[in-house]
Amino acid sequence: MTTLAPGRARTRRPARSAGDRPRRPRSLSRAGVNAALVLATAYTLLPLGWLLTAAAKNTGDLLGGRTLSPATWHLGANLHDLATTGDGIYFRWYLNSLLYAGIGASLCALVCVAAGYAFHVHDFPGKEKVFGLVLLGVLVPTTALALPMYLLASEVGVVNTFWAVFLPSLVNPFGVYLARVFCAGYLPGEVLEAARIDGAGELRTFRSIGLRMVMPGLVTVFLFQFTAIWNNFFLPLVMLSDNRLFPVSLGLYNWNTQTHAFPEYYPLVITGSLFAVLPLVAAFVGLQRHWKAGLTAGSVK
Amino acid sequence: MLAPFLLLFTACTLVPIGYAGYLSLFTEHRSGLGFGGSETVFTGLGNYTRALGDAAFRAGFVTTAEYCLLYIPLMVGLSLLLALLLDSALARARRFFQLALFLPHAVPAIIAALIWMYLYTPGISPVVDALDSAGWSADPMAHPLPAVVNIALWEWTGYNMVIFYAALQAIPREVLEAAVVDGAGALRTAVAVKIPLIRPSLAMVGLFTVIGSLQLFTEPVILHGVSPGVVSTWTPNMYAYSAAFERGDYGLAAASSVLLALAAAALSYLVTRLTRGRGGRRSEDTA
Repeated sequence: MTTLAPGRARTRRPARSAGDRPRRPRSLSRAGVNAALVLATAYTLLPLGWLLTAAAKNTGDLLGGRTLSPATWHLGANLHDLATTGDGIYFRWYLNSLLYAGIGASLCALVCVAAGYAFHVHDFPGKEKVFGLVLLGVLVPTTALALPMYLLASEVGVVNTFWAVFLPSLVNPFGVYLARVFCAGYLPGEVLEAARIDGAGELRTFRSIGLRMVMPGLVTVFLFQFTAIWNNFFLPLVMLSDNRLFPVSLGLYNWNTQTHAFPEYYPLVITGSLFAVLPLVAAFVGLQRHWKAGLTAGSVK
Repeated sequence: MLAPFLLLFTACTLVPIGYAGYLSLFTEHRSGLGFGGSETVFTGLGNYTRALGDAAFRAGFVTTAEYCLLYIPLMVGLSLLLALLLDSALARARRFFQLALFLPHAVPAIIAALIWMYLYTPGISPVVDALDSAGWSADPMAHPLPAVVNIALWEWTGYNMVIFYAALQAIPREVLEAAVVDGAGALRTAVAVKIPLIRPSLAMVGLFTVIGSLQLFTEPVILHGVSPGVVSTWTPNMYAYSAAFERGDYGLAAASSVLLALAAAALSYLVTRLTRGRGGRRSEDTA
């Protein structure tokens, strides 16, 4: 009795009318909220689940719409085809993507953080005007730029080379903006002053103090740029015609255009897509803290 | 330390824009059947009037406008709703839901488009087949606009939800407690307190979505091969691409790229102006 009494008193207090009214809608809406979230999650995850199962089907099962059973498990065969078609060109594309995105994003993050650091630390005439120009760069659609870049690259003669895709991927005005926000958050002015009083030069201060303190920012810019380069399709499509230079996205597109004539390319496209998604999914699952920090830094401040 | 970025920025952004602007003023005239070489003629704004006078180019902007009208309210509404649900005290497993909803963004646009293309194809898609056996014969390819909007929703709703959710989490708890003390329910708190407080995030998402919408290219290009409604000039970007690579008309391609960039700039200006103007007026009222 004594244990029941306070409990009853607690449920009664907010109730203005009938005794257990506030209780039921609360539990109902808890179920409702979570059901809505589960529903939304199903919408985002099921297509990925389909990709996972489709990668284990061969052409006949895929086009026949047959469900997957152990007897129709062809993942091994698909992987073998993926590795051998076109002399293993898929893995060359994969390597290209890793090069474009890995080196490109590393350099881009470094360049962006250096620029953001300079905007944060130094004062120079016209600084805010230059920063405004950088922000304007955020607003120029990248695909509206790709075609002009192609026209320019063909003038200079670098079309269909590694550099035509690599160099533009080093530029990310939004990364500079993010880096500046991060510097403002992580770099107390006193530390830099102390370094200067100790006689460290500008570059040395940046390298041994600034860079170290904005490491989370650097990783964040790297992550976002890595994804952007890995996902980029329009620029390589415009710039490259030699399929040995293709990144994975363009290679898969190329195979997909052939599926009409050669249905045996279907399993290749699907298995290849699954493999192209894996590193990004792994990166986002592993580096949750960083992409959340990046999204927050861009939106709240 | 600014130098490397400014150098690259100039080379890869400013110079191409300038060069496109320059190229857009010229037209190549091929003499004879194309054997006699070509000469480049200054045509002033001729390429611009040609692009603007082309019904296909204008149709691309109409497609983009329709896409924006359908996609932006749906996407912003849905991601805002999900963020509010996640922010409510009732949600469980928040980290899991955030990651699961964000995950499609890790999928390259081209692969997202490929997955959905297969999911739209009768015979391959379990969804279409299930609808079929339920007596609903659906052909998603017959309606390219909703088909493309769905792919974009799948890719971006979770991403923007994380932005809204982060902004909601940053609202000081005292403000929300004050609303509860004043007798506001969960719904009223959301509409009257939470949404106005995250207006900066809404503005940023709106801005980037508008810029993104104008760039529509990858998804329709994938559907181009299978959906009769998606012609090769379906969006302004596709128009510019086909002008350059199918017709070899660089002047026209440059002019339409410049027009696209100008449209993006104008729309971005409008979006910032609208959102900022409203916020500014409100703070003046309270002051």
